[in-house]
Order: sequence, then C-alpha cells, then structure tokens
Amino acid sequence: MIGRVWKFSDNIDTDVIIPYKYKARSIDPKELAEHCMEGIDPEFSKKVKKGDFIVAGRNFGCGSSREQAPVAIKACGISAVIAESFARIFYRNAINIGLPAIVCKGISKETNEGDLIELDLKEGTVKNLSNGKVIKINKQPDFLERMLEVGGLIEYYKKFGKFPWE
Amino acid sequence: MQRMNIANKDFQDKVLADEGLTFSEKILSLKRSDEPGKVANANEIMVAKVDLSMAHDGTAPLAIKVLNELGIKNVWDSSKVILHIDHTYPSSSEQIANFHSIMRKFAKAQGCHIQEGNICHQYMIEKFVVPGMLIIGADSHTNTQGCLGAFATGMGSTEIAAIWAGGKIWLKVPESIKVIFNGSLPKGVYAKDLILFTIGKISCEGANYKTIEFTGSVIKEFSIDSRATLCNMTTEAGAKAGIVEMDNVTKEYLMALGREPMLEVHAGKEAIYDKVLEEDVEQMEPYVALPNSVDNVKPVREVEGIPIDQAFLGSCTNARPEDLMIAARMLKGRKVKEGVRLIVTPASKSVYKFALRNEIANILMEAGAFITSPTCGACVGTHCGVLGAGEVCISSSNRNFIGRMGSTESKVYLASPATVIASAIKGKIADPRDYLR
Repeated sequence: MIGRVWKFSDNIDTDVIIPYKYKARSIDPKELAEHCMEGIDPEFSKKVKKGDFIVAGRNFGCGSSREQAPVAIKACGISAVIAESFARIFYRNAINIGLPAIVCKGISKETNEGDLIELDLKEGTVKNLSNGKVIKINKQPDFLERMLEVGGLIEYYKKFGKFPWE
Repeated sequence: MQRMNIANKDFQDKVLADEGLTFSEKILSLKRSDEPGKVANANEIMVAKVDLSMAHDGTAPLAIKVLNELGIKNVWDSSKVILHIDHTYPSSSEQIANFHSIMRKFAKAQGCHIQEGNICHQYMIEKFVVPGMLIIGADSHTNTQGCLGAFATGMGSTEIAAIWAGGKIWLKVPESIKVIFNGSLPKGVYAKDLILFTIGKISCEGANYKTIEFTGSVIKEFSIDSRATLCNMTTEAGAKAGIVEMDNVTKEYLMALGREPMLEVHAGKEAIYDKVLEEDVEQMEPYVALPNSVDNVKPVREVEGIPIDQAFLGSCTNARPEDLMIAARMLKGRKVKEGVRLIVTPASKSVYKFALRNEIANILMEAGAFITSPTCGACVGTHCGVLGAGEVCISSSNRNFIGRMGSTESKVYLASPATVIASAIKGKIADPRDYLR
C-alpha cells in the first residue's frame, strides 16, 4: 500500500474523530466520513484521497468506544492508521472493521505531512518514499492478522463460519 | 461430568488462594474457555466466557446491524444481554427515535432486558452487577461496574455482536497498577479529586491496557457511589478495568438489593504489579482538569475565578445519591449565580426518586437548578445541556475533549460535584471549601 501521510499529534480522541451528535443519528459510513476529524480539521474529509494514511503519535483513538470512529476514517478513504500507540478499544474496533491499526515506534519522527509512504504488512515495514527511511512495525498476533487479511470480523465469520478465537 | 465439576472446583479454589496472582489474572483464569484449568497470566491472549453484556442507543443499533449481517438469529443467552436507551433519552430527533425503535423491537424479539431512562452503568450497578462477574459493554465507561468487584470493560459494537452470537471474546490479560489511598480525607476532597489527581500524575495513557486496583484505608470507607466514580474514571487513563474488591461495604450494598456474589476475588499478596502508587490523601485538595485533556489537572485554587456559563452535575461519573446530597447541602439557602445555568441530571430513576423523597430536588430547584430526566445528554453533547461557541462549563462528568459537550469552541473543566456547585454559586470556578458547612 502506497499513499500520502496526514499527520496528527498524541491523544487524538474519538470525540474529535467523530462527534457524538453525528454518530447518534447515523450508522451510515458515508455520512460519518463527511465529519471525520471535524474537531481538528473540518476540511479533512474533502482533502483526503483514497489510499492515504493517517500517521499519529501516542494513544490514538482514546475516549469513547464508538466504532463509528474507525468506520468514519475508513470511509474517508484512509487505508491504515499508523501510530506510536493506540487506545485499546480503538485498536480492537479498527481491526474488527478491517482498518489496519499499525503500531510503529518512531513513525511520527520519521514522517512529515504529505510524505509518500509504503506500508508492507508482509515485510512488516513502513518505508518513507520521501526520505528513504524504513521503520519496522510491531507484529500483531496471528489471529488479528488473519482477520485483517479478510477485511475484518464480519468478513472472517462469513468466510469461515466461526470467529477467529473459536 | 461429576469429575469435571470437582476438577473445576479444585482449580477455582487454587486460583482464588494463589498469592502470586492479581485480581485480573484470577478472575480471567476462572472465565477462561480456550484452555479451561490453565492460569491466565498477564499479557497472555485468552478467550473468556462473558457473564453479562450490554449496549446502549449509541452502540446497540450498529451491533444489531452486525448481528444481522452475520446471519445470527438468536443471541447466545437472552438473560445475559442488557440494552439501555440512555444516551439520547427521550429521543431528540426522528433519526434517534428510529434507532430506539430498532432496539425495542430487537429486545422484544430476543427476549432480552431493555430499559429506558437510566444511565446504563448506574442501572447495571443497581440491578445486575455482582462480584466475580466478567462484564463486557459497548461503552468505554463499562469500567464503572468494577466498583462491585467485577471485571468490567468496554468494547465496540462489532465485538458486542460477536459476544451476543457466542458468549465468548478474546482478551489480553492486563497487567495491573495498584493505587493505594491512605489517610483521612480533608474537607472538600472527594473520590473525583483522588482520581483526577491520579490521572494528572500518570497521564491519560498512564494505564493503557492495564487494570487499576484501588485499595487502602480510604477505599474501605468509600461508599459504592464513590467507588463507582473512581472506577469510571480509570477509562480516562486508558485502563481496561478499574477494580475495588468486594468487602463489607459491597456485601451490605448487595444484601439490601437481595443479590449474592458470583465469586469473591482478592488479589494475591505477592502479585506482581506494573506500578504501585501509594498516596497520602491528607495532602490532597480539590482538583480541576482543564480543557482539553483530563490529565491537565491543577488544584482548584490555582484556577479560581474563571467565569462559567454552565455548571453540570450529571453523567455516569458523578450523579448518584451521594453527589446530589453534597449539592443539596451546599445549595440550601443559597442561589445559583444569575446568568449561570446549573443543570442536574440524576444518573437513574432511582437516584431521581431519592432526590425527590429527601427534599434534595426541592432544595436544588429553589436554588435555581434545572433538573433533567436521567440521560447521558449533556456529557456527550447530544441534548439537555449542549454548549454553544465560546461557552465555558464546569462539569462533574469525565471528558473535556474538544467538542465533547457541544461546540468545538466551548471549554469544559472537570471537577467534583462540590466544586461544580461552588462554581455555580459563585458564577466562576470556585473552591468548594469556601461553601461547605
């Protein structure tokens, strides 16, 4: 996967990713996407191109358990969120809905907004094509990788007739 | 079968008596279904059987949709699925009313419990939670329910749907942080101040993926209301769970409600902790979390005088009988400052009735407070107290993120009920010690 970087700081919370007022009235990914990151950048959803990445600092997705947060990000066209660390519920939610949440120590230092990066899940690396730096990503447990490969928890169940932990 | 049961009982006794295991390791060992009879150590990934699951009007509609997509007709055990209509109750729009209808139809078809008009965590504490349960809720503040010695944690809608399908879920066994509060609580200092102080110290990610176990002489004296406040706010430090172990206070609380514990779990004396924080509460004072982060904590006296538009006493953090009693004591014979709104949202119908029965509601209204029906409304910025651009609110709730309670240009300060009320009287952020009689 190759795409441009949108950079965010530490502790990006789910109220900023998708305010409750929007998620209360809709579970439609397209409608949610229109308000993605509105708390920080109201124009975000218009600027993002399909295949772009979010690169963030520590504790990305802290706050509410709303699954609408990764849904909004994915529906915007973002192909993966790469962060120094994730809040626990966001991390689970993202993988469950088929949005790769990649822990990559040092990523915020080695990338700038607008850089072109390549995420190679097989190799376990992020390559910054703008400055040539290669950073290793944290390996996920196998069952989560299998779930991501098929596109999330629902797809996994549809394909195998059981949940990954069964 | 007989032999299996004896083996299970032996394993249970062994785990409960093991001095080397934390609360989380013990309880998750006993809920384990992937390798029953094997101890679940911190950082291990395991599969657990869930005792209770819940979702609300912000998360259940999506979970129901997922369950349909999975093609699952019936939940695994309708007695273990609880639905709450609380986040925007009564509905504030047609779209939300439609979501509520979906939930009511689902609950009826499945035969599972549904309630309307009580904040989910308070209702769970009042009606269902007992020590030793594993509870998974589609709400991040499910941690609150750990106040009764249960392991309670939040997840998203898709995973709740998966639990509804099969009653099981994967978990990484968390490491634990022990927080010990000793000493006697100074005037004007409450559970909320202790947890704000703690989060200020360890940061909003200081307990990420971990359990916080609360203990010490202060905790032993704390009511279930205060314990709920502590466990509730562990979420804001990133914790997977917040725990106060079962003791006599828990037993009395349950006895009054006619409930029995499932398991009495106590952390082992030699258990290994990621961190142990021992705090002497005598040094503490009322605290406030400044916008826009819950770990931006300062003593109230350092931020006194900031003018406010709204004071909010509500949410799953601080809107229980104890909190309303503090408010009534402070407001008796006083008035809310002109130009300031004091919005009081009791956490449940039972709390509301308590306020009516004990003259609390009267005192609050005489002072100028506006009492709403129980809902999550103002705290999540959906109704009953949404903030406009440029407005400042002091709130007894748990989050002050940008736009949390409304406009992205509003500001939220988090504090104890006493500090909220003192500020409502003064019209500015105020030290509750000046108003306590």
